[in-house]
Amino acid sequence: MASQHHDAGAGAYLIRGAAILGGAPEDLLIRDGIIAERGQDLSADGARVRNATVIDAAGLVALPGMVDIHTHLREPGREDAETVETGTRAAALGGYTAVHAMANSTPVADTAGVVEQVLTLGRTAGWVDVRPVGAVTVGLAGEQLAELGAMADSRAHVRVFSDDGICVHDPVLMRRALEYVKAFDGVVAQHAQEPRLTAGAQMNEGDVSAVLGLTGWPAVAEESIIARDVLLAQHVGSRLHVCHVSTAGSVEIIRWAKSRGVNVTAEVTPHHLWLTDELARSYDPVYKVNPPLRTDADVQALRAALADGTIDVVGTDHAPHPSEHKECEWAQAAMGMTGLETALSVVQHTMIETGLMGWADFARVTSTAPAAIGRVADQGRGLDAGEPANVTLVDPAARWTVDPSKMATMGRNSPFAGRELPGKVVATFFKGHPTVLDGKLNTPYRWLAETPELPGTAAAGSL
Amino acid sequence: MRHLLSTEDLSLANAIRILDTAEEMAAVGEREVKKLPALRGRTVVNLFFEDSTRTRISFEAAAKRLSADVINFAAKGSSVSKGESLKDTAQTLSAMGADAVVIRHWASGAPHRLADTDWIDAAVINAGDGTHEHPTQALLDAFTMRRHWARLAGTPSAGADLKGMRVAIAGDVLHSRVARSNVWLLRTLGADVTLVAPPTLLPIGVEKWPCKVSYDLDQTLAGGVDAMMMLRVQGERMNASFFPTTREYSRRWGFDDNRLRALDSLGFKDTIIMHPGPMNRGLEISSAAADSPRSTVLAQVRNGVSIRMAALYLLLSGDTREPAHHTASTHSAATNPAHATKESH
Repeated sequence: MASQHHDAGAGAYLIRGAAILGGAPEDLLIRDGIIAERGQDLSADGARVRNATVIDAAGLVALPGMVDIHTHLREPGREDAETVETGTRAAALGGYTAVHAMANSTPVADTAGVVEQVLTLGRTAGWVDVRPVGAVTVGLAGEQLAELGAMADSRAHVRVFSDDGICVHDPVLMRRALEYVKAFDGVVAQHAQEPRLTAGAQMNEGDVSAVLGLTGWPAVAEESIIARDVLLAQHVGSRLHVCHVSTAGSVEIIRWAKSRGVNVTAEVTPHHLWLTDELARSYDPVYKVNPPLRTDADVQALRAALADGTIDVVGTDHAPHPSEHKECEWAQAAMGMTGLETALSVVQHTMIETGLMGWADFARVTSTAPAAIGRVADQGRGLDAGEPANVTLVDPAARWTVDPSKMATMGRNSPFAGRELPGKVVATFFKGHPTVLDGKLNTPYRWLAETPELPGTAAAGSL
Repeated sequence: MRHLLSTEDLSLANAIRILDTAEEMAAVGEREVKKLPALRGRTVVNLFFEDSTRTRISFEAAAKRLSADVINFAAKGSSVSKGESLKDTAQTLSAMGADAVVIRHWASGAPHRLADTDWIDAAVINAGDGTHEHPTQALLDAFTMRRHWARLAGTPSAGADLKGMRVAIAGDVLHSRVARSNVWLLRTLGADVTLVAPPTLLPIGVEKWPCKVSYDLDQTLAGGVDAMMMLRVQGERMNASFFPTTREYSRRWGFDDNRLRALDSLGFKDTIIMHPGPMNRGLEISSAAADSPRSTVLAQVRNGVSIRMAALYLLLSGDTREPAHHTASTHSAATNPAHATKESH
């Protein structure tokens, strides 16, 4: 098994006639983990493509492998919700070649030991590059900085730090975190939620919450933290990333900050690009998420911001939950939605089919920009000869109906269940290896070089 | 009607139908034998996740007067307090053959979950969910107002709406399911509603509601009010800075003795004072107001049984045809306009 991608024939793939970033059809030759060649009609040079598996990609779009800046893989600790294995299978099927695994596991990823464990789990699984996110504070408690440097220096090379799920609301702690991560080119990814303004909050505060009698989560609780944080980032000259921006007001603040030269990046989830708080009228907790679904005016502002670059990236905030955490009263239910296997389709529906963006923009917001934020050097790159072969092939004309029971993620909490979506991932190449072929899981990539030093990898090789 | 979950989606026809059926049920309550055989052999479960003795016994009395078997299921001291989920509880009740579930829950939307899922097939009646709705309370309030309004007009209650009636609702609207249900139902019945509250106790978004909003109780009263409804104020709101002190609240938004006298001096002799109970005497309502001839507090309690009988009867009888006359002919408790307009305060 270990030798499979070194076999001259089995390891080479000739992708014929794919629209590169939606442009003119070209061929891509993938061999030895890289894009060996790119050009028109590569078959002319028989010697170099001999033995390659040919993939007819007429009508398909070739994109750089997607990079998720915001994923919850739940392992260690909540293996009943998701494991690194199942979550990364979902990622590969969704077109991803890298995911950033959020730190709110049990134990919290706040030490070098835990982030290295997550890294090892990811490499053992082999479906995508799992990039552990380190917690900003010990136990996500918001009181004391975690050993950020140790996590940065660990084998996991952590560059993104976040207490996601909980806001680093103490302004002094946030300032120190922003300053400290400069030592290793890190970034603080903030979950912007003023805790006192959102005590017991259940949904967006507005017309719908007033009628439903569910405690409101006001936009100002997000916007006030973002405003503070961009000013802090400017003051200390640090890099700030704002997770899952959800309001029109937040967009305005980020636009203002960028115009002032603040080093801030921002993310929007697929669900915030489409769904609104009207869905809460069903009291079905599948629509309960944090930050909450907002109004249509917010949705339109977020789309415009993603199109004009004010918002840099799409992050899924993939948050699987066991069904019992959703089959209950709204107030009792867990917050979160799955997203890895629907993100591409939802972004196509909301951004591309609306004419707001093209596939080159899609590549920017789902691959290039998130890889840059996470400092993932070998991802998010151009589809050119010599580049690492992280490639996703998409059939933009496909239509499919979302059935959560058929997903690879263990989470069944998709808010898109029953909806017909455009676009389907046909193949995903991770480091030159097809993790997905014909729209189905193929085999994982094997991290040979790591084998000797990774306990558990040898056993995993026999999976 | 399959369930009674909210007044927001209750049509005028169904609202009138419940009120008219309740008039017939009220007549049963005035007979020596206060019982109908209508729901014999049917099982009504009172599923209470939140304490409310008044609402529970009102539903219990209603179901028993219709000869239904009643099971009271209180969350405390049951498997629910040991962590059983709403889903498991519902499926358990379903397996036991419940025909109707009357649910009181601290979580907004819990009755909708029962009605919308396949956990249980029974009719669901919302007996108050979180800060969302309390439809039978609004219906009994409307029933009480309608009798008063009809008596003033010298016309029968049956079939009537509340067009032209001026209703003020004062208090903690933000946390009140009673206020919400009343606003929607009173809109449907054609009344003019004014909410009176400190700005901190009004929800963001209230400006879209079909009513007027005021911060000044005296000004609202001076403008003319036919029914003044006071809402219960929880003392713990004070600790969350919704208002400075209970005394300040009482002075500005409570129905105190001065405001009771003001009704007389303003010449509003027919204005009624309502309260869903339980009352905080001295906080949102003074004892003199609560005990005055204007007070309908006890009439509301009495009417509550009639409304709940009507709701249970309409949901469980399987009768989906249009209202009153059919019911009257099926059961010996025929409508008697003489009874129907006899309400005293």
